[in-house]
Amino acid sequence: MDNSVSHQNSLVSVRNLSFSRGNRKIFDNISLEIERGKITAIMGPSGTGKTTLLKLIGGQLFPEQGSITVDGKNVHQLRRSDLYNLRKRMGMLFQSGALLTDMNVFDNVAFPLREHTHLTESMIRTLVLMKLQAVGLRGARDLMPNELSGGMARRIALARAIALDPMMIMYDEPFTGQDPISKGSLVHLIKSLNNTLGLTSIMVSHDVQETAAIADYIYVISEGKIVGQGTPKEIEQSPSEWVQQFMTGAADGPVHFHYPAKDYVDDLLSTGKRY
Amino acid sequence: MIEFLQHLGENTRTSFTKLGRGTFFLLQTISGIISVLARPRLLINQMHSIGVLSFLIITISGLFVGMVLGLQGYYTLSDFGAEEALGVMVAASLVRELGPVVTALLFAGRAGSALTAEIGLMKATEQLSGMEMMAVDPIKRIISPRFLAGFLSMPLLAALFSAIGIIGGQMIGSGLLGVDEGAYWSQMQANIDFQDDIINGVIKSIVFGFVTSWIALFEGYDAIPTSEGVSRATTRTVVNSAFSILGLDFILTTLMFGD
Repeated sequence: MDNSVSHQNSLVSVRNLSFSRGNRKIFDNISLEIERGKITAIMGPSGTGKTTLLKLIGGQLFPEQGSITVDGKNVHQLRRSDLYNLRKRMGMLFQSGALLTDMNVFDNVAFPLREHTHLTESMIRTLVLMKLQAVGLRGARDLMPNELSGGMARRIALARAIALDPMMIMYDEPFTGQDPISKGSLVHLIKSLNNTLGLTSIMVSHDVQETAAIADYIYVISEGKIVGQGTPKEIEQSPSEWVQQFMTGAADGPVHFHYPAKDYVDDLLSTGKRY
Repeated sequence: MIEFLQHLGENTRTSFTKLGRGTFFLLQTISGIISVLARPRLLINQMHSIGVLSFLIITISGLFVGMVLGLQGYYTLSDFGAEEALGVMVAASLVRELGPVVTALLFAGRAGSALTAEIGLMKATEQLSGMEMMAVDPIKRIISPRFLAGFLSMPLLAALFSAIGIIGGQMIGSGLLGVDEGAYWSQMQANIDFQDDIINGVIKSIVFGFVTSWIALFEGYDAIPTSEGVSRATTRTVVNSAFSILGLDFILTTLMFGD
């Protein structure tokens, strides 16, 4: 993407970002734009650092090079208190839900409100019940997190993420490990919340169908680079073999089925000495 | 030889880096205490789970340690015809040494390990990270209240331990072995010094409370967020706390009662 182009309408801009863990380069000079009001998906195989990208955007990790701006502010140059103020306007849905296990559902959703606002208990109650109603779990308010199914936990976490009426939500693998019904309800929720609350959504996922169904724009990342981008339609027709393999789930292709190893026959006939 | 030196160098460096992280963590924790004072509810909850729930183990251990002291003290003192001094002996050993030290060791095993496991699992299940993303500082919200609670609970628990132990010594001494009850208490009153014995004992347990809570919370916070990592961190909490308690006890005793 050309950096000189100004993106008037983007809420998050990632510019020339590089990040490594140990010797492994997770991102190698990538740039991307997240448009306001849209659902942008970031796709790629497991272990390509999609979650890392969300943590970089949230300011929990620091990039080696490049910058990330959210709503015009450079996340990694903010003072701590400003970063915390910015985070109040960003919701994040963790893969595990990250519900606080020592509180029930109601208190979990009320947590950000109690921490950041001085609302009365009765107003908090009203707000919490509204958020729970939005995710369809108002009846589950007295359950503890360990009594929830995975899909319910994620919906509760979603209710908590929208408790402070953020401007954007980051979804970390929202569909992984969900049964078809919960997947369906999450797809529906993400889409409808984005539209009714006027949110901007960033979704990290490797579930092709669900993501393609609701995303407005998709970036496909592999080995630290962006290998494809466009609307779901454009991605489907991408000329890149790699993107094709990813979207169709073919076992062999540019990504090989076999982990690199020496020749199979040689390996079988060798003495089996440790090397 | 070269390999040995390399190992030594690497281990030293790792330990010092960890010490640095630990110190930084401690400073953050202490600076978070101000916000805890504004929300006493958080502190009270932690005092309950760290302090109150340790009552049982502290009471029972205190009782038995006191009873054993009563028995052993009686047999030694009676050789010199000094059974009346049993009260002084039991009280001095408890208030100066056994109270703070045994309480701290039990505290590390009961509350310290629980704290490490709790914080470590919160880290492993992304609860701490989640809190950060909700713009809530986990140090202020989770760590500081627990630190303050551990730090305040320890002297109280040590006092409880010593008090129960003294009663246990009296039960055995005058109940079973026939030491005069009046002598047990009056000798104790006459010979235990408030400044030298009691205050010094309290200082010890404050120091132990500080160190044990620090170790337990830091090990949890610094744990590798996997089940193996949390289990190792819990072990380290108990082992490092025990070493620190015993080492510091020696140093403090030398400083306090040395001259």
